[in-house]
Amino acid sequence: MAAAAQEAIHEHDHHEESFVSKYIFSYDHKMIGKQFLLAAIFMGLVGMMLSVFFRIQLAWPGESSDFLNMFLGDRWAPDGILNQDMYLGLVTIHGTIMVFFVLTGGLSGTFSNVLIPLQLGARDMASGFINMMSAWLFNISSVIMLVSLFVESGPAMSGWTVYPPLSALPQAVSGSGLGMTLWLISLTIFIASSLIGSLNYISTIVNLRTKGMKMTRMPLTIWAFLVTAIVGVLSFPVLLSAALLLFMDRVLGTSFYLSDIIVGGEMLDNVGGSPILYQHLFWFLGHPEVYIVLLPALGISSEIISTNSRKPIFGYRAMIGSLLAIGFLSFIVWAHHMFVSGMDPFLGSVFVFTTLLIAIPSAVKVFNYLTTLWRGSIVFTPAMLFAIGLVSTFISGGVTGIILADSALDIQVHDTYFVVAHFHVVMGLSAIFGMFAGVYHWFPKMYGRMMNSRLGYAHFWTTIVSGYGVFLPMHFVGIGGTPRRYYDNSIFDTFNPTAGEMILDLNIIITVFAIIGAFGQVFFFFNFFYSIFRGPKAPLNPWRSNTLEWTTPTALPGHGNWPGELPTVHRWPYDYSKPGAEEDFIPQTVPLKEGEEEH
Amino acid sequence: MGNKLVIILVIIFGVLAIAQLVRVSELTAKATKRKEEEIPENENKFNANMMLIFMVALYASFIWLMLKYGYVDLGPAASAHGQEIDWLFNLNWVIIIAVFFLTNTLLFVFAWKYSRKPGVKAYYYAHNNKLEMVWTVIPAAVLSVIIIFGLQTWNSATEKAGAEYEDIEIFAYQFAWTARYSGMNNDLGKFDYKLTTAENPYGIMTKENIERSLSLMKVGEPGQSGVEMIEEKLNDRSVILSAKERKDLETELGRKERMSRLLEAMSITYADSLDELANDDVIVEDSLVLLKGQKYNFSFRSKDVIHSAFFPHFRAQMNTVPGLTTYFKFQPIYSTDDMKRKLNNPEFEYALLCNKICGGSHYRMKMSIKVLEPEEYLDWQKTKSTYDGTPWIKGNEEDLLEYYQSIASRVEEN
Repeated sequence: MAAAAQEAIHEHDHHEESFVSKYIFSYDHKMIGKQFLLAAIFMGLVGMMLSVFFRIQLAWPGESSDFLNMFLGDRWAPDGILNQDMYLGLVTIHGTIMVFFVLTGGLSGTFSNVLIPLQLGARDMASGFINMMSAWLFNISSVIMLVSLFVESGPAMSGWTVYPPLSALPQAVSGSGLGMTLWLISLTIFIASSLIGSLNYISTIVNLRTKGMKMTRMPLTIWAFLVTAIVGVLSFPVLLSAALLLFMDRVLGTSFYLSDIIVGGEMLDNVGGSPILYQHLFWFLGHPEVYIVLLPALGISSEIISTNSRKPIFGYRAMIGSLLAIGFLSFIVWAHHMFVSGMDPFLGSVFVFTTLLIAIPSAVKVFNYLTTLWRGSIVFTPAMLFAIGLVSTFISGGVTGIILADSALDIQVHDTYFVVAHFHVVMGLSAIFGMFAGVYHWFPKMYGRMMNSRLGYAHFWTTIVSGYGVFLPMHFVGIGGTPRRYYDNSIFDTFNPTAGEMILDLNIIITVFAIIGAFGQVFFFFNFFYSIFRGPKAPLNPWRSNTLEWTTPTALPGHGNWPGELPTVHRWPYDYSKPGAEEDFIPQTVPLKEGEEEH
Repeated sequence: MGNKLVIILVIIFGVLAIAQLVRVSELTAKATKRKEEEIPENENKFNANMMLIFMVALYASFIWLMLKYGYVDLGPAASAHGQEIDWLFNLNWVIIIAVFFLTNTLLFVFAWKYSRKPGVKAYYYAHNNKLEMVWTVIPAAVLSVIIIFGLQTWNSATEKAGAEYEDIEIFAYQFAWTARYSGMNNDLGKFDYKLTTAENPYGIMTKENIERSLSLMKVGEPGQSGVEMIEEKLNDRSVILSAKERKDLETELGRKERMSRLLEAMSITYADSLDELANDDVIVEDSLVLLKGQKYNFSFRSKDVIHSAFFPHFRAQMNTVPGLTTYFKFQPIYSTDDMKRKLNNPEFEYALLCNKICGGSHYRMKMSIKVLEPEEYLDWQKTKSTYDGTPWIKGNEEDLLEYYQSIASRVEEN
């Protein structure tokens, strides 16, 4: 009775929602998820544009481009030629936006919000208010980051890792002035957003699972979001402290990271600090961050591959185990970014060992995906295409990690384009594919309409072809010894013109594919926005899936998700094509038949 | 302006074209009663076939890239440890390419082969502990091999340099490099950044340099004020200072007083033996010249921000960190001429590049490196003088040449 009364009140509330409380300061986890997604799509568009700008410079250095002048103006692209300081600004903000705003906020923020309550059978997050705060802090930090692009002295220009002393000294590069201050403020707010969001995800998963939803019956998406949130809660505060100390060095004259420096003809009196300290603090977040980016994508693809192969995910428990193992190991590998930083070589060898261990759970995941596909009955929805693309790029990006983790080889390839290629295949392709897969798969639940699948195919095939087209050649640029963050590679002409020519050839191939890839995203943008308003109405369970989000009585659930009682769970989420069942899927709400084993 | 218009028009027409495509697809869907969530058989088949086509294209382009751009004219490793690194790289490369082909092939072939077929139900297969054990243990075993070989190479590349190594200091600053050779005594002079002046740009520690810095800090020089001048100015009642000017002067005074105290302490603890260390050092600013076969222990320091000394042809790299001296050692085994022959490229030269973002002109921060045969090296040495202005080479040249030749021939034998 009490529940029904509560429900009535709830329904009543629902009708009184104003535009502001429904769309802007919403407490509803689905709306907040959509807010994260829209902000991330916008930030992704900006990040992609920035990359096209600097790719043009790399392929056609010194050539005038109206396109650059049109966007960057006479301040940063006089006569259509990119300014060399702004080149660094572009790569810095591209990296920051993509890693934090698109792949952390966008991926984990969107899908944790949309899916955690729906797949667990909860009415909303543990705290709707904190959830709203998280979304708005994210928006505020996005705006500040974008504003920093318009500062006269330019945005932060010291790379997305913002290593001091470069980032601490405006005399060293102009972007380390106001641009860097805004960067630090934006990131501080972002970290706050991410932290409170993650705490909310964890408490929701621990406390608000519906009846029968044991931990071992949770979909792998939820497991991935849980591990991601825990990793985030443990690592982001360390970045916050790194940023605060950097802020103090810049503003209050402390010497945490500064020592023995003469810059711009001025002898600084900072003595005793260590720039290496910053690197340790930064990468203590920075490496787990890679998995914060990747794990949700892996969770999403597990779900999608199982559903669309019409088969249970192979080795459910091993998949959970490998998520936990990756989450744990991600904390003890950070110094593999610092093999040539001047750190004690013995410490380096410890990190070689721990880093290469991560390959084991990653390999388990890949083989489990392959076995899930084996003897399946695969339906190539756009989401499934992207999930398969994710597995391919996860392999291709993962294997080059083995070279980089090997400290002896890292001596040569460290900070070359080989590294750039490696982490872009993992994050720029694999994790982004996970995000696209998630959008195509759960769009019907988010907007109550279907996206166009043919545009989805076109989007996938142009994206994967141009994605590999960009990053496969880039490995060879790196093997040739080309340092990253070079405005152009003309320096090669002074000691090996043949190599210079080959690098330029490869750079042209890369840029052409980057431009094709950027245009390929038009398929997605159009499809996404068109379908929100004009897409065909979604059925209740379009992908014939087992998880709880497809059991809501309306395709687009209202606030509270299930107007009546919450569903009860009787089985794991992967009963696809189970022998003895009529249909090739059995939703989690269907009780076990007599004598039926769970799995 | 015209081009801008074209760019905008292209984007608009692109969007319109897609809109029309969607319209067509919607109309046909309506006509055939196709539902968006149901993927028709022909489309599923199309995507399945595309998986195979894509796989073949991926492999073909990968192989083409390998053949055409495999080493991007980098050449064989020109250092002893570099050869080990290249061997290790090749071993790893073979392993990862095998894994890349194997797993990608399984992925795309499975995707193609097990695409939905009418009447065929998927095989319910939830787990198999044995199988999972196999693909946990095999990667673990392969990785052990990689780790063992990797750490061997790493340890030998990073172990402490012995007495036979010649010390060279590489000094990095925005945006160039300077080399300081340790001279005939193979001991580098000490340095301190506080000693940096126009006359002593590398902050080398000698009695004279300390005294000069101390006097500059206290008294100042034309165009620059020292402690005494600032004090005078602050105490001068006839000069009216704004609050900001006063504050700036006080800050500067505090800074200079602190620095001069440190310099005084340095001058008290200074020992004359340090002069000897510094005086026979040789500073070279245009290019780094090395003797083929000589083992070098490089120490690195930075004046301003972090740079990275990257010697791509020698497979050597180490960050240069302000406030911290870092080290890397290697033995060049091919002279510049050897390498020109090997690459069949008469324009080839070795280079030291900056490989850590360090500011706007990062991409131009280079020093050329020459690895010379004994005779050429000795000739070059004879043109250089030491820090105190005496010739580098003291003593019998013939003996030295013989010694250099014995070093170079060690490499030839290998």
